[in-house]
Amino acid sequence: MKAFTYERAGSPAEAAAAVIRTPGAKFIAGGTNLLDLMKLQIETPRHLIDVNRLGLDKIDETPEGGLRIGALVRNTDLAADRRVRRDYAVLSRALLAGASGQLRNKATTAGNLLQRTRCPYFYDTTKPCNKRQPGAGCSAIDGFNRNLAILGASEQCIATHPSDMAVAMRVLDAQVETVRADGATRAIPIADFHRLPGATPQIETTLAQGELITAVTLPRPLGGVHAYRKVRDRASYAFALISVAAVLPPGGGGRLAFGGLAHKPWRVEAAEGRIGQGARATAEAVLAGARTTPQNAFKTTLVERTLGAVFAEARV
Amino acid sequence: MKFDTPATANVIDKMTVVGQPVDRIDGKAKTTGTAPYAYERHDVAPNAAYGYILGAAIAKGRIEQIDLAQAQRSPGVLAIVTYKTAGKLGKAQAHTAKLLAGPEVQHFDQAVAVVVAETFEQARAGAKLIKVSYAKAKGGYDLAAAKAGAIKPQENEFSGHADTAVGDFSGAFAHAPVKLDATYTTPDQCHAMMEPHATTAAWTGDKLTLWTSNQMIAWAVRDMSQTLLIPKENIHVMSPYVGGGFGSKLWVRSDALMAALGARAARRPVKVALARPQVFNNTTHRPATIQRIRIGADRAGKILAIGHESWSGDLAGGGPETAANQTRLLYAGANRMTAHRLATLDLPEGNAMRAPGEAPGLMALEIAMDEMAEKLRMDPVEFRILNDTQFDPEVGPKRPFSHRDLIGCLRTGAERFGWSRRVPTPGQVRDGRWLVGMGMAAAFRGNVPMKSAARVGVDGKGVVTVATDMTDIGTGSYTVIAQTAAEMMGVPVDKVIVLLGDSRFPVSAGSGGQWGGNSATAGVYAACVKLREAIAGKLGFDPDKVVFEDGKVRSGRRSVSLAKAVGAAGLSAEDVIEFGDLDKTYAQATFGGHFAEVGVDADTGEIRVRKMSGAFAAGRILNPKSARSQVIGAMTMGVGAALMEEAVIDQRFGYFVNHDMAEYQVPVHADIPHQDVFFLDEADAKSSPMKAKGVGELGICGVAAAVANAVYNACGVRIREYPLTLDKVLKGMASV
Repeated sequence: MKAFTYERAGSPAEAAAAVIRTPGAKFIAGGTNLLDLMKLQIETPRHLIDVNRLGLDKIDETPEGGLRIGALVRNTDLAADRRVRRDYAVLSRALLAGASGQLRNKATTAGNLLQRTRCPYFYDTTKPCNKRQPGAGCSAIDGFNRNLAILGASEQCIATHPSDMAVAMRVLDAQVETVRADGATRAIPIADFHRLPGATPQIETTLAQGELITAVTLPRPLGGVHAYRKVRDRASYAFALISVAAVLPPGGGGRLAFGGLAHKPWRVEAAEGRIGQGARATAEAVLAGARTTPQNAFKTTLVERTLGAVFAEARV
Repeated sequence: MKFDTPATANVIDKMTVVGQPVDRIDGKAKTTGTAPYAYERHDVAPNAAYGYILGAAIAKGRIEQIDLAQAQRSPGVLAIVTYKTAGKLGKAQAHTAKLLAGPEVQHFDQAVAVVVAETFEQARAGAKLIKVSYAKAKGGYDLAAAKAGAIKPQENEFSGHADTAVGDFSGAFAHAPVKLDATYTTPDQCHAMMEPHATTAAWTGDKLTLWTSNQMIAWAVRDMSQTLLIPKENIHVMSPYVGGGFGSKLWVRSDALMAALGARAARRPVKVALARPQVFNNTTHRPATIQRIRIGADRAGKILAIGHESWSGDLAGGGPETAANQTRLLYAGANRMTAHRLATLDLPEGNAMRAPGEAPGLMALEIAMDEMAEKLRMDPVEFRILNDTQFDPEVGPKRPFSHRDLIGCLRTGAERFGWSRRVPTPGQVRDGRWLVGMGMAAAFRGNVPMKSAARVGVDGKGVVTVATDMTDIGTGSYTVIAQTAAEMMGVPVDKVIVLLGDSRFPVSAGSGGQWGGNSATAGVYAACVKLREAIAGKLGFDPDKVVFEDGKVRSGRRSVSLAKAVGAAGLSAEDVIEFGDLDKTYAQATFGGHFAEVGVDADTGEIRVRKMSGAFAAGRILNPKSARSQVIGAMTMGVGAALMEEAVIDQRFGYFVNHDMAEYQVPVHADIPHQDVFFLDEADAKSSPMKAKGVGELGICGVAAAVANAVYNACGVRIREYPLTLDKVLKGMASV
């Protein structure tokens, strides 16, 4: 860990201004990811701006009939919220499938969206990684990539996004609200929030420098079966090999988003039209353009089989 | 005390304290955070500076240049030691790789420098500023590729013979009516114990004190002496509490050396703990194996020929994983062969991890036995029972087992588990989304008696103090030693003080190879016998008739309190238990049967263990509570070996790439079901006066195969490459 300075921001816009003012500054909320990365010197901020006390920890109902989740609502509180459990069960289930109780107590909604990849080479500063050190090369493409991306990857990076929560947010068509130093706000559709790696895997979101997430809003609830199926190597406390967030209304159709496949939560709206044709047809459409390695090729089979399980469960 | 004839009736047989489920006497200190661990010795080294180790960034080659300029200017940095400034160092005989690299680099993350600073963060930041340039050399990291060039390894005191052969294996195998020839692989595994390697070091003149986390105190002194080239008398090692070792702390590692070098350079105490990633590549690991097993049987199921060959790799000068060893003793069969072959690999040093040899060996052998049982259409339990042997099958009836009740373990385990409910045909039992199966395996682990000394004293208040350099690595040594002394001296456990893990104490067996519990308590027994004689002599009592009970010393109608008997000055005695040839005359081992029920998700191939039972025969169980704790931990570790543990090698860089606890997965609570543990009531008079044997490693032996066999029974997919991850299940399901 490199020495750093610290300040506590008084308001969201002030925090945004502070991060622009100070070179090498970063926001810190729960710190469950950032502090680990700082200890390994994967992240080396020179200044931290603590946003924990900005009052962004409420869950409010929106005039449109949805929910506005404050950026600092802890994962535990969000998963346990009565309205979330009732109307957005897929989100509650996704949250509870992630991390551990202690981490969820600390981790925030915005921080969860901003988690960085768990690619082992990103975590090893003795090895090249384009995400850590642009232009250095990708160690994973020809290395240990059993749990890395099969969709939307590039020659520069095959990392995956590790979040469970973000996958549920994607299936719910959430919007990410932000503020800038000048007080300007905007709402970014979750589909556009995370970027594919392309030639710049170090740039992971569409947030501008100094832009601070203030909330995530959910549109009106979607009826139907809400399922989150996370497949992993042990029963708990492991990142997904693949995960499926599904909202399946009784009349057919539905929505699907996937974790563990790409640099961002993966959703192919066109595939959702095939739900009625079954898991194989749906999986084919989801996996269009997939590029696998000998180690992670099993993910294509797993997507189809897990979809089959989710569809079967929804029909019961 | 020489132990060279079987024990007769003795005080331990009373089992008023020994054999009772006594709570850990160190439990309160541990649960209240007051037990001093090596990195937290503020009490003895309050001004310790922090050392941080920089490891080599290449797996093989040479250090060309080290630029310390920036690091030296970094805030708080007090000293930096590299091979250039460390002074002349030796390499301990017990170490394969040097603890400090330079100029040669032998493996990835081998220590290159230690940075000493006022705070941990400053030391770590300083280490990152050291610029090292390397000349990389080509190394070998792939066991399968190196297998062809593997050689017959040299033999040492722990390895046994490299090869054995009895009868005509090839002929008998060729003509056997039912046979199996299969190859299995086990991956590299990491100990991943909770407390990483850690040491606080301080120098007073030329005398070195180490507060460290180590399983074998006398070896630590020896190896530090050989490395620092200073006399053993100048080294004082203390390791009273150890947060897990599993073999990784049998020998001092770089934390001890670099703390000592750092403290010498900084002229003040220095403490060094390995960061978690360093535990994976800087220290030792269990080497991967490739094992070929051939079994031939007659149609009734009698084994006619059994052959087990194992390949593993290590750095040049290292040793093999002796995965074929148990096959020399476990099952009958007139024609047999075993062989170990060792390839040179440039990975970090391979070495002992919980039940070295048997743990990976049984992972393979006990799947092979399951496959044979199926070919023979026999129940796997009955197949094993049919091939039980009461003597060393390589030697014949003239070398019987000291005591062997494998059959009792298998029968009892099967009964407790409900084995009779198993459907032999795979894939027949369904519970919702789960395909359910049952599997079993035999457990086997050698019993090794080791010389062990102790000093026992009674003070003027009747309090008994035991001092021995034995360690408690979470096993319960403190408690079983207290129980032994309490039984022998006729006092309650709370009147016994146990002092462990100090090189100034008599040299014990130490903790390794599951020899510690039996051997160290036997050493305490010997010292107590001597002390009882001294007290009896002082009182003029007949040493053969004297009774120590209820804090009193009695003989006939005469009774004196223990406190009075020893007088105000107290009395003490020291002795050592030394073992004769009983482990050569008799084959000595511990036995068990593991039973597992698993669910395999019919869609995703995820495997979850639903139920586990184990029955064990390991001589007298000194403390059923701590023994059970040992075994459930071992069974948990066995599930890890079965389903998830693999230190993955990146062949390009020659290192273990998944070097943290997020990527090297071990079971979490949710992975482990209720574990039923049962100990057969027995006592082995040929093992020691305690009539006990080891249990700490027995518990892991065979677990993984029981799980693998259950997976096969559940879904019909036979996986011969550990760990059994769902990608392998899915691949098999596609072809079932």
